[in-house]
Amino acid sequence: MTSTDTAGAGAPAPAGALVADPVLDIRGLSVDYGFDANPTHVLRDVSLSLGRGEVLGLAGESGCGKSTLAYAATRLLPPPGLITGGEVWFTGRDGRREDVLAMTDARLRQSRWQDTAIVFQGAMNSLNPVFRVGRQIVDGIFAHRPKWSKAQATERAAELFEMVGIAPDRLRSYPHQLSGGMRQRVMIAMALALEPQVLIMDEPTTALDVVMQRQIVEQIAELRDRLGFSVIFITHDVSLLIEIADRIAIMYAGEIVEQGPAQELYRRPRHPYTKGLLSSFPPLRGPKTELAGIPGAPPDLSNPPAGCRFAARCPHALGRCQAVEPELGPTAVPGDATARRVACHLHDGAQPVPLELALTR
Amino acid sequence: MKFLLRRSIFYVITAWAAVTINFIIPRLLPGDPVAAIIAKNQGKIPAEAAESLRILFGLDDSLSLWDQYVQYWKLLFQGDLGLSFTFFPTPVADVVAQGLPWTIGLVGISTIIAFTIGTLVGTAIGWRRGTWADSLLPITTFFSTVPYFWLGLIVVAIFSVNLGWFPSSGSYDRGLVPAFDWPFISSVIYYGTLPALTIVLSSISGWILGMRNMMVTVSSEDYVTVAHAKGLSARAVMFGYAARNAVLPQISSFALSLGFIVGGTLIMEMIFSYQGIGYTLYQAVSTHDYPLMQGCFLVITLSVLAANIIADFVYAVLDPRTRQEG
Amino acid sequence: MTVDANLVTEADELARQSQAPKTGFFSTPKRRAAGKPPRLLFLRSSKALWGIGILAFFTLIAIIGPWIAPYDPDAPSQALLQPPSWEHWVGTDHLGRDILSQLIVGTRYVLLVGFVAGIAATVLGIIVGVTSGYLGGAGDETLSALANIFLVIPQLPLIIIIAGQLPAAGGLTVALVIAVTGWAWGARVLRAQTLSLRRRDFVEAARANGERSHRIILFEILPNLTAIIASGFVGTVTFAVLSQITLAFIGVTPVSDWNWGTVLFWAQNNLALQRGAWWWFVPAGLCIALLGMALTLINFGIDEFVNPRLRSTSANARSLKRRRIVPRIGFTPVVRTAHPAAPRTRKEPTA
Repeated sequence: MTSTDTAGAGAPAPAGALVADPVLDIRGLSVDYGFDANPTHVLRDVSLSLGRGEVLGLAGESGCGKSTLAYAATRLLPPPGLITGGEVWFTGRDGRREDVLAMTDARLRQSRWQDTAIVFQGAMNSLNPVFRVGRQIVDGIFAHRPKWSKAQATERAAELFEMVGIAPDRLRSYPHQLSGGMRQRVMIAMALALEPQVLIMDEPTTALDVVMQRQIVEQIAELRDRLGFSVIFITHDVSLLIEIADRIAIMYAGEIVEQGPAQELYRRPRHPYTKGLLSSFPPLRGPKTELAGIPGAPPDLSNPPAGCRFAARCPHALGRCQAVEPELGPTAVPGDATARRVACHLHDGAQPVPLELALTR
Repeated sequence: MKFLLRRSIFYVITAWAAVTINFIIPRLLPGDPVAAIIAKNQGKIPAEAAESLRILFGLDDSLSLWDQYVQYWKLLFQGDLGLSFTFFPTPVADVVAQGLPWTIGLVGISTIIAFTIGTLVGTAIGWRRGTWADSLLPITTFFSTVPYFWLGLIVVAIFSVNLGWFPSSGSYDRGLVPAFDWPFISSVIYYGTLPALTIVLSSISGWILGMRNMMVTVSSEDYVTVAHAKGLSARAVMFGYAARNAVLPQISSFALSLGFIVGGTLIMEMIFSYQGIGYTLYQAVSTHDYPLMQGCFLVITLSVLAANIIADFVYAVLDPRTRQEG
Repeated sequence: MTVDANLVTEADELARQSQAPKTGFFSTPKRRAAGKPPRLLFLRSSKALWGIGILAFFTLIAIIGPWIAPYDPDAPSQALLQPPSWEHWVGTDHLGRDILSQLIVGTRYVLLVGFVAGIAATVLGIIVGVTSGYLGGAGDETLSALANIFLVIPQLPLIIIIAGQLPAAGGLTVALVIAVTGWAWGARVLRAQTLSLRRRDFVEAARANGERSHRIILFEILPNLTAIIASGFVGTVTFAVLSQITLAFIGVTPVSDWNWGTVLFWAQNNLALQRGAWWWFVPAGLCIALLGMALTLINFGIDEFVNPRLRSTSANARSLKRRRIVPRIGFTPVVRTAHPAAPRTRKEPTA
């Protein structure tokens, strides 16, 4: 144990330090659900940074709050969602910094789609069924570029369609005339209309078959390389993330429990939940492994347990896990990159980390 | 075009069903009131008219039911609905033809007004959910639960008897000769205001509630969230995305509830002695004029069907999914 | 609000609901099913409680009406067309009959016809709707076309011409005529719901197990339709009450049977409006409105129970305003508060 110094003894790095040049910096975001006296705390003090040009994967079981995080950070969470604290700092290409949560409605409206665009899950429901898809792209453009001519906006829409591999004559189609994969491409084209700096993709591929999933993922990667935007890619399928993400954050019960560089996190998980999550999905490549689920169900957030929220399902739970809540900190495994964070008592240095959570190679 | 074809078939079937119901009812019900009346008016009713009535009411037992049915249809195609006893010896068809334009004018216009205003108000309330606008709901609920005719009575009591602003009955100043000129038209509007107001008042709440609920449901659809995410103006999201979609079920329910609304508004004509089909039906009921009753019902049903077809057409124009090929 | 636990998942699965992927890898039970709200939850809605309260009041009157009515509703007296007084709380009519007694005695008829018609129409609606939704195919096409025909045909004129041609259209007859013409709405709604239930796993499973159709309908499908059946029933009762009162008002049913419509019939035919005898027609109408309101409130309660989206966003408008929360779609309110309810056990490292 010679190299623990960097990770164990040093002061925890500030949240921003994980990422050199954050374009989106979420700090201490808390979200309640319910306007009454007893709201459910669906997000508690979540901090997450997205570096410029980076693809950040956000994974976890459904209901863990990953979509809530994305919707809250863009203030699109529907009632009775309520943001009770935190900041979401957006940094523009010109260095302008703004807190999304402090914006006025008009400013927020102006910032949306230009700064941050979203591709929602389920493309069928994301398109207005009564308008042609072309019109839906163009109206977004006009909302921010009122001086553009109609021809100019239509031309831009056609260009976007070509970019995502759809024939421009499809602009005149209604959503119901397009296949699921095509609709998802339309959504991506729509999101890229104003060259946003951040693209949030909420389970963009879940409704699609595996072949289509791969095509879309590859396309996003390719477009990112070409256009240089940053991506938050939300999915419950970690094996998909490894294809595209630079960094991965794992959420559980409204909190981030582990984050780190994608390959490292994928090959050498440090949190028992991450480990369970990874072994729930077959790897896209490589040898066959046995699939094992995580026993039990996520806790009821309206009445969360004391201590670590994963303790009840955790195979390695210690006595203090039931009482003391772990905090996101460095791992206790020697040789880990400094950018790795985990919220688990196993990594507080008081005992050796179980072998399967301490893989080094 | 499959949608329109399906709907057309449905309307043909419904029209057939309405006619058949009209054919069956007098044959199912006990007693031959019509026979009694024919007997009473022996000699006064022309032989031909008496024959029509026998066919219409199934008094001729010598014919098989099928033959009666065929003859019945023949009469209908000739526009022969029998003779009215109340307006003896005017044919039912003529009596009904006199009333129909008034009903279409009064009920049609006020229903469209109620639908339009109700939908707009519902849009606003549904959009601004959880604000003061919600407090309008109990008031509209109250109006939706009182019977149309009672509201009519109250309106007459207030605006006609007490305030004397509007006439309490009739459809135009009897001193005028019906003509397409300003004095007559203004008189029609003056006399029609109160009944129209009542119809609007009592039917508007249904539209407000329906649209409000649809707005609430549609507002949480993804495409509305996407519209917000695109940074569209509040107006564009509210009308182009939310209301534009919420109005579709509103129109289908408009089509479906037309029968109900028309039923209620016809009673209004009775309160105001407004010379439309409803009032004619009322007179027919109170004088036991069965041919006139049957005729009124048939015409009312066919008119509602026609209105339904229009509503369907509007729906098809507004919803591209109905225009899907195949 | 215990329902909030269910709403949490909704926030996260905003869009997925219908097309949730079958991950199946997690051995987690469906939480939505586990957190099923108790059936009587809708009683927590204050709207529903008010509605039930008012309905219970009228039911009581309907039962004990003839005993508590101060006068014989048919007995004339010297007090002709008197405004409300201590002797006659709601005044008298043109024959000096006590209007309050007429209203009290008439309540039984109103409720009886309303409920008989409601029950009969609901049974018809269940039979047609559930069968049609469960059968599918040609049978479904025929039955739903039948329901649509009855929806499109204006019911009130139909009821009027049927009742008008009956020699004696007494209470039960009227109730049945209303039921025969008014079942279609419930059938339509039930059909749609049955269709969607039929594709659910538990029904598919029952069918795969070789359970008989009638058992599946009775034990798997019907229990899941309870709320919709209830709301259809309440709606039909409302329709039946309004229809029979209308019939009585225009004089189609015998005027000797007291019901609220009969009171209005006498009022209208004796120019109560022109004579300014407001007590003759206002109280009857208010009774109708109150009963209608009660039924509508019950239905609101059921609707909110079935469709949580309609539930007013919990907490009342005033408390929201005080906390400066504007519940809006597309602009999540930001209200910075500490989290006293759930303090962290340790502080987040922030150095």
